Amino acid sequence: MAEMMTLIGGRSSKQGTALCAGKLGPEYLDVSSMVEMNAEDMARLGLRNDSKVRLRTPVGEAILRCKSRETKDLPRGILFMAYGPLSSQLMAGDTAGSGMPLSKNLEVEVEPVRD
Amino acid sequence: MSDENIRIVPDATCTFCGCVCDDMVLTVDVQQHKITKSQNACVLGKAWFKEHGIEDRPFALIGGREATTEEGIEEAAQILARARFPIIYGLSDTTCEAQRVAVAIADMIGGNIDTTTSVCHGPTGIAFQGLGESTATLGEIKNRADLIIFWGGNPAEAHPRLFARYAVTPKGMYIPNGRKDRTIVLVDVRRTASTPVADIFLQVKPRSDFEVLWALRALVKGHKVDPSIEQRTGIALAVLEDLVARMKSCRFGAFLFGMGLTMNRGRHFNAGALLALATDLNEFTHFVAAPVRGHGNVTGADNVVSWQTGYPFGVNFSRGFPRFGPGEFTTVDVLARGDADAAMIIASDPASNFPQPAIDHLKRIPVITLDPKTSVTSQLARVAFTTATYGINVAGTAYRMDNVPITLRPAFASPYPSDEQILRGIRDRVRVLLGGNRMPVDTSAAAAAL
Repeated sequence: MAEMMTLIGGRSSKQGTALCAGKLGPEYLDVSSMVEMNAEDMARLGLRNDSKVRLRTPVGEAILRCKSRETKDLPRGILFMAYGPLSSQLMAGDTAGSGMPLSKNLEVEVEPVRD
Repeated sequence: MSDENIRIVPDATCTFCGCVCDDMVLTVDVQQHKITKSQNACVLGKAWFKEHGIEDRPFALIGGREATTEEGIEEAAQILARARFPIIYGLSDTTCEAQRVAVAIADMIGGNIDTTTSVCHGPTGIAFQGLGESTATLGEIKNRADLIIFWGGNPAEAHPRLFARYAVTPKGMYIPNGRKDRTIVLVDVRRTASTPVADIFLQVKPRSDFEVLWALRALVKGHKVDPSIEQRTGIALAVLEDLVARMKSCRFGAFLFGMGLTMNRGRHFNAGALLALATDLNEFTHFVAAPVRGHGNVTGADNVVSWQTGYPFGVNFSRGFPRFGPGEFTTVDVLARGDADAAMIIASDPASNFPQPAIDHLKRIPVITLDPKTSVTSQLARVAFTTATYGINVAGTAYRMDNVPITLRPAFASPYPSDEQILRGIRDRVRVLLGGNRMPVDTSAAAAAL
């Protein structure tokens, strides 16, 4: 069962060190293919750490691995992921006349991926 | 390693992020062409220096085939000279000297020039133009600010030395006790590694920054705010009133704001609300606002493009003079609309962070890349140059996030050319191919012919 959540894209120090090694390297691909999710949301959706989840927006979709965060750190309904090729797949090209595509607070459909 | 093989480079500069820390002490293994130790660097700086040795890569690739730099220059010049809507993009990880040549090429080919600012603090640049800014250098903030408000950013992970060098712990001229003399406020939608640093943490609901800022403006001006603000924003009125009292009574306050404001719905309205609040507060005390900038010389790109064209980013030369057009001439837009018919990407990797519709168009047109490393963008490029790394192999100038220019002291030489050298070669060849600047289409004559 899919749910709507809010995705925040951003930077992390692990992503920063990984990109110095190269954006095509395994470390960068690993860090940019992980999404942080509220632990209670994950439990409700039957997800554990490293479970696969599909995020979908009107322009595209991406499959990522989950990592749980406590509610005090990441509120329910909020997701965080580091920028990278997968976050690009979810972003629309429209900038509302500003030049800036929406990279934070994207409305995404979240759906567990069963192996 | 023998002693003669070791070189110590004092006062070197890290160009990973906008802090542009210029107190690095680098230990260089000259024979191996690599930096073995980077004293004073943060975790990001250490990775930056460690990972930028000399890789064994072709000087250029043309259609995936190995080529010389000169062959690459010829192919790149032919692409740019033929194109009707060429774009130049990136520039935030190269020297001001290279940025200047890139602007000259854009002018010559009647093209479009834009920097990573457009997908970073571009909305802040738009807000600056409408509202102005009350600003300061990081040195002034270190020496004077007793109230620091971080808004929509995570410096602990993105700018690790900002806290220790300028804004939280260092002792300053009028901040003799360092951390004890400062109140630190952090505003964000989630707890991050930066949160423990704050005395006060305001966890706002997503898409509520503008409302919080506007409520603060109202309170600063003495207007009443309805307690229902808490339902809308997640922040209780009493908390906002307390913050306003602190802002009005501090000696020197500073907002340091990140892309939580600019990449969010509201964009330049969010940044503008914060700049307006800083201006309002100057009725009561001294208050400044400064964007925290990401790439090492993105601030230099703003400065160079501004002093060369009059505008900071999103500039188009197709009519023979510079026109500024966020939303029209910014790179995501020209790609997503399918306008551009060639692209030169300098020290940037838009194919790994642009929206998919823009990336899809990059795959359809001839792309030229200049980058020390293989990137997602260089992999789809028609011409991919390997370049020396600025600050490590290349001397020149980079601007710190507070618009202070810093001289770069390279650690060791690279066999690869600098961005500036390649761009000069392209510029000179394009000039020959076009016979000077491309003449703009006479739109009045074209219209009369219809």
